Amino acid sequence: MELDSKVPSGPIQEKWDKRKFELKLVNPANKRKYTVIVVGSGLAGASAAASLGELGYIVKCFCYQDSARRAHSIAAQGGINAAKNYQNDGDSIWRLFYDTVKGGDYRSREANVYRLAQVSNNIIDQCVAQGVPFAREYGGLLANRSFGGAQVSRTFYARGQTGQQLLVGAYHALAKEVGNGTVQMFPRTEMLDLVLVDGQARGIVVRDMVTGKVSSHAAHAVVLATGGYSNVYFFSTNAKGCNTTAIWRAHRRGAVFANPCFTQIHPTCIPRAGEYQSKLTLMSESLRNDGRIWVPKEQGENRPAAQIPDAERDYYLERLYPSFGNLTPRDIASRRAKEAVDDGRGVGLLKNGVYLDFRDAIQRLGKSVIEERYGNLFEMYERITGENPYAVPMRIYPAPHYTMGGLWVDYDLQSTIPGLFVIGEANFSDHGANRLGASALMQGLADGYFVLPYTISDYLARVGPTKTDPTHAAFGAVEREVGERVKKLLAVNGKLTVDTIHRDLGQVMWDACGMARSRGALEKGLEAIPEIRERFWREVRVPGRGEDFNQSLEKAGRLADFLELGELMCRDALHREESSGGHFREEFQTPEGEAKRDDERFAFVSAWEFTGVGSAPKLHQEPLSFENVPLSQRSYK
Amino acid sequence: MNLVLHVWRQASPTVKGGFVRYEAKDISDHASFLEMLDIVNEQLTENGEEPIAFEHDCREGICGSCGLVINGVPHGPQHGAATCQLHMRHYKDGDQIWIEPWRAKAFPVVKDLVVDRGALDRIIQVGGYISARTGAVPDANATLIRKEHAELAMDAASCIGCGACVAACPNASAMLFVAAKVSHLGLLPQGQPERRDRVLNLVAQMDSEGFGSCTNHAECEASCPKQISIDFIARLNRDLFVASLAQTPERMVAGAG
Repeated sequence: MELDSKVPSGPIQEKWDKRKFELKLVNPANKRKYTVIVVGSGLAGASAAASLGELGYIVKCFCYQDSARRAHSIAAQGGINAAKNYQNDGDSIWRLFYDTVKGGDYRSREANVYRLAQVSNNIIDQCVAQGVPFAREYGGLLANRSFGGAQVSRTFYARGQTGQQLLVGAYHALAKEVGNGTVQMFPRTEMLDLVLVDGQARGIVVRDMVTGKVSSHAAHAVVLATGGYSNVYFFSTNAKGCNTTAIWRAHRRGAVFANPCFTQIHPTCIPRAGEYQSKLTLMSESLRNDGRIWVPKEQGENRPAAQIPDAERDYYLERLYPSFGNLTPRDIASRRAKEAVDDGRGVGLLKNGVYLDFRDAIQRLGKSVIEERYGNLFEMYERITGENPYAVPMRIYPAPHYTMGGLWVDYDLQSTIPGLFVIGEANFSDHGANRLGASALMQGLADGYFVLPYTISDYLARVGPTKTDPTHAAFGAVEREVGERVKKLLAVNGKLTVDTIHRDLGQVMWDACGMARSRGALEKGLEAIPEIRERFWREVRVPGRGEDFNQSLEKAGRLADFLELGELMCRDALHREESSGGHFREEFQTPEGEAKRDDERFAFVSAWEFTGVGSAPKLHQEPLSFENVPLSQRSYK
Repeated sequence: MNLVLHVWRQASPTVKGGFVRYEAKDISDHASFLEMLDIVNEQLTENGEEPIAFEHDCREGICGSCGLVINGVPHGPQHGAATCQLHMRHYKDGDQIWIEPWRAKAFPVVKDLVVDRGALDRIIQVGGYISARTGAVPDANATLIRKEHAELAMDAASCIGCGACVAACPNASAMLFVAAKVSHLGLLPQGQPERRDRVLNLVAQMDSEGFGSCTNHAECEASCPKQISIDFIARLNRDLFVASLAQTPERMVAGAG
């Protein structure tokens, strides 16, 4: 298999314009002859479905939630980046591009990142026009704040609910097109497999989550916008329903999976409180603008925070990274927190967190300013922990949050299966080995509003408006497979609940492929995962029926796919003998404990081809070249 | 702590449901209400029974999926929070807890504690948006917006569409939901061209979905996890009055041009 990135030639500033001009168009009268399936209704999916509907295509959009408005993009708190330079602080498209490539530790594709920075400004314009109530200054202009990994203020925000407001904007656009009849919405409908006809993606098989009915939908192209796979760890900040099934099923059908081990552990989440816990809650990274992170200098410190004098506190990020301080990128902030806790200097009852302290900010700015900036986050924290963060410092600890890896796509966002496009977190393209804060929202909307609607026309124009046929034999075959799998899950009737097994998998993944990785731990993980998978198929208990609303069955199907993905992640992490961004191999670090890349051997995208469950996947490589942002050791000191 | 639960179980929309008694044992103060239900469900599954179906997703109070009527109160005893943000420290050992789904004609039960809230989507689809086509927009700072208007619009826009307002209302009215949308968009300059049509269409759709009318009980505001104010209902009523006085809907005038 040849991985052709299809990056246009020429100077990086002109690549996107050049590509847009080269792309074949579908004339307005012909657009209604094409059907496009969009799976997922988060920022990427909703914006793509709405934009394609506006263009005149027939769009079918699917989501597992009861409403498109509930996709997990909604939970993003802090903000969205754009190179507007409204603060006159020296920002530019080039700087956003540079920061993102560097932040990604030189493992992303330059041309994609440059395009992302280019269209970032259109996104803000679009969202404001839709009525997204971004924060404003008294003069009526848009306000900005700063975020980790950048020295300019380029983040637009709507209190601590930026993801919600952007998603509501995209949901509005989607609702408008549903009302106009161009988009048909299928809520509570889960994609369980992809259908290929003559090697092209031609539709999907879905399960109606209310009736259990399995059915086929045919189209000229399929767009996956189904998010990331952090729930492989069981404990993550993702919504409980987030899953890998759509991209994993596509992977099994031939789409290669890129950089599966590039996962992001978010530094500011609420530490775990007990065994029964079902998920971890994120506190926006924006809190690091005004909060100072510290742990006691001494191990085994038991005094309350307020009684520990400044001289006995270790503000370790400020000490180690004087120029970025508490705003170092996420991978670094996370790793340093883990180090402090592993060193026995953790705080809280279980000694499993570090402090994020607002004492000085409250003294400097007053409580009301802090309340205006972070009020809802402080409330959220208090509800969960029962502690008042205005009075005692927050306790935070890193948690799995985002996955930079995903299905491999070319510059047009098309996977290795013709007609299968992948957008948003589900693809691998823009964040390399580490994503900067406030860039996920940017990428989701960039792909959905401003990239995919252009690039998909080229594919559609080439295949032509041939008849789509959900009664084609290929659909029947996949439907039967899906039906049999459902039956198989129900038939095991063992003794273990789905969650029990998922927790086991999560623990193995965290130990082997979490914040710090090593050959030994990964090899152990690779032994353990097939055992858990076998146990799942031998001992899981899925109560209820297939032809019914059955949440246990949904969870079981998703876990079955995580049990295959987990193994691939460990294999990728084992193969990548370097540290880059969120992928930290203990064997490969600088004397100061920073990630040590090996550009000689690993400046490429690892793209894995499925060869069967339990069989070694085949590695393909897309070499990465850095012509515009020279390779250098990332430094935030 | 140990608790006694009385949970509404209903196999499907067409069969009769009823309360079933369960015991929840050794629940930690720090567990969330939904985690308490998880524990009960794990036990049910181990005993070979079907677990209780309830809706949830983000478990951070923002997606609007969850929603239980707990001892008669939508989202339970804690003000300004969704069910998923309720923690067991609000209860004590030996408490009896009645758990029901949202109850409203427009929200038919799907199973157990899960209801169909599709009516809220259909309301938005008739005009709960600004028609800003992708790409056809001016620079973001071209329109200045007074900070206080942006803030007030944000207050309204913080609605998570959970439907607690409907469940709390004795009339099962969706006025707070609709008012929040009409106000969010009506407070912004971008929302002005469609302002009159929007309020007329949304209210008409709300009525046709079988939601009741507002008679100012303010139960909606009391149970709203985002504490959205009923002042927005007054704003909706004013917009509705003005729009009703206009002789011809704007969209028809525009279409005739």
